[in-house]
Amino acid sequence: MESITLAVNGTERNLEVEPRTLLVHALRDDLRLTGTNIGCDSSSCGACTVLINGQSAKSCTMFAVQADGADITTIEGVADSDGTMHPMQQAFHEHHALQCGYCTPGMVMAAISLVEEYPDLDDQGVRHGLEGNLCRCTGYQNIVNAVLAVAGSGSKGSES
Amino acid sequence: MIPASFDYEVAESAEHAVALLAEHGDEAKLLAGGHSLIPMMRFRLATPTVLVDVGRLDDLRYINADNGTISIGALTRHSELEHSELLARSCPMMASVAALVGDPAVRHRGTLGGTLAHSDPASDLPAAVLALGGTIVARGPSGDREIAATDFFTGYFESALADDEMIVEVRVPASDAGWNYQKFNRRAQDWAIVGVAVADAGAGVSLVNMGSTPLRASAVEAAVASGASAADAAALAAEGLQPPSDLNADADYRRHLARVFTQRALNAAGVA
Repeated sequence: MESITLAVNGTERNLEVEPRTLLVHALRDDLRLTGTNIGCDSSSCGACTVLINGQSAKSCTMFAVQADGADITTIEGVADSDGTMHPMQQAFHEHHALQCGYCTPGMVMAAISLVEEYPDLDDQGVRHGLEGNLCRCTGYQNIVNAVLAVAGSGSKGSES
Repeated sequence: MIPASFDYEVAESAEHAVALLAEHGDEAKLLAGGHSLIPMMRFRLATPTVLVDVGRLDDLRYINADNGTISIGALTRHSELEHSELLARSCPMMASVAALVGDPAVRHRGTLGGTLAHSDPASDLPAAVLALGGTIVARGPSGDREIAATDFFTGYFESALADDEMIVEVRVPASDAGWNYQKFNRRAQDWAIVGVAVADAGAGVSLVNMGSTPLRASAVEAAVASGASAADAAALAAEGLQPPSDLNADADYRRHLARVFTQRALNAAGVA
């Protein structure tokens, strides 16, 4: 077993993990942060997306030991402590950017990272930027609208 | 699936990593971004008993230019290549190809050294380094050696790296002369079914997923050098190659794609 320290949503957490423990399992099973979902389990679908030191990463394709010492943000950590939603969560709410909701935590985390990394996002940029996050309800149009609203491009996206 | 158990070692320097590799033999693997290795371990296609984590070697994350050569530290992440102003100016193909790898979350973790060491014939960046005529610097117990990219890829997921060597640097010539990269896939985020990289207005042409390694399209390069049109040169793109057949494309369809995309890439790179 390895001893690791993760700063999860601003709180230091000390864990004993097997080296082969994937970060998503450490978050869900050891820390009981079950907002991060497991989908494809093979880094294709993005349901498990979290932020590692502010950048999106797929927590199913990372060992927990690799994150030792890192700042990790999960969906549980993006709203204010008084319950005010993160602007991206608010945009998802306002644009009805979810149907079954399974992909939503990963979508929100990927989108927060995306608008930070690419300041001049347009419709195509959002679509390319979220290509690692699958919505099997295929509710992409409203997701794109929500992300564009936060990116502040003014575009509401094509009606494709 | 959960990967098989392994022992975990954190390398504190490249020399330390090499010493750990020498100590543990061929059952040890280096872990950088892990975005090729961890999926293989999850499918139990790879079962290393020791992982040596080089992902914390931040002194191997850099992009420098000197006298027409760009030196890139092996641990430089794809997203760092993508956003590098130096590469955008001095070797735009590297930045542009990096931006096509996987998706943003993958690019935040994947490293240039890792993708070269993995030697997947379907990967994008090895083809770019190959077309540019790059050099790979490997560190072993007795020091560093330079391996030309043309000599580096030796077989399916196999490279010229010894079991106790690690890539520390990748060098490519500064080059913004006619270049282009064509990547054909059916689904966003996928590997290329076929890809073509053209550097230096057709002096360097390489192919993705057209054989067991990334390949230089030597016949195309020779034709361009002798003044052939893009169409005539591209007609030679699949000459002598044995591309794989799989669910996405059979070998003949891949040969067709190689010819079509080589012509498009040559045209985009300024070859008429």
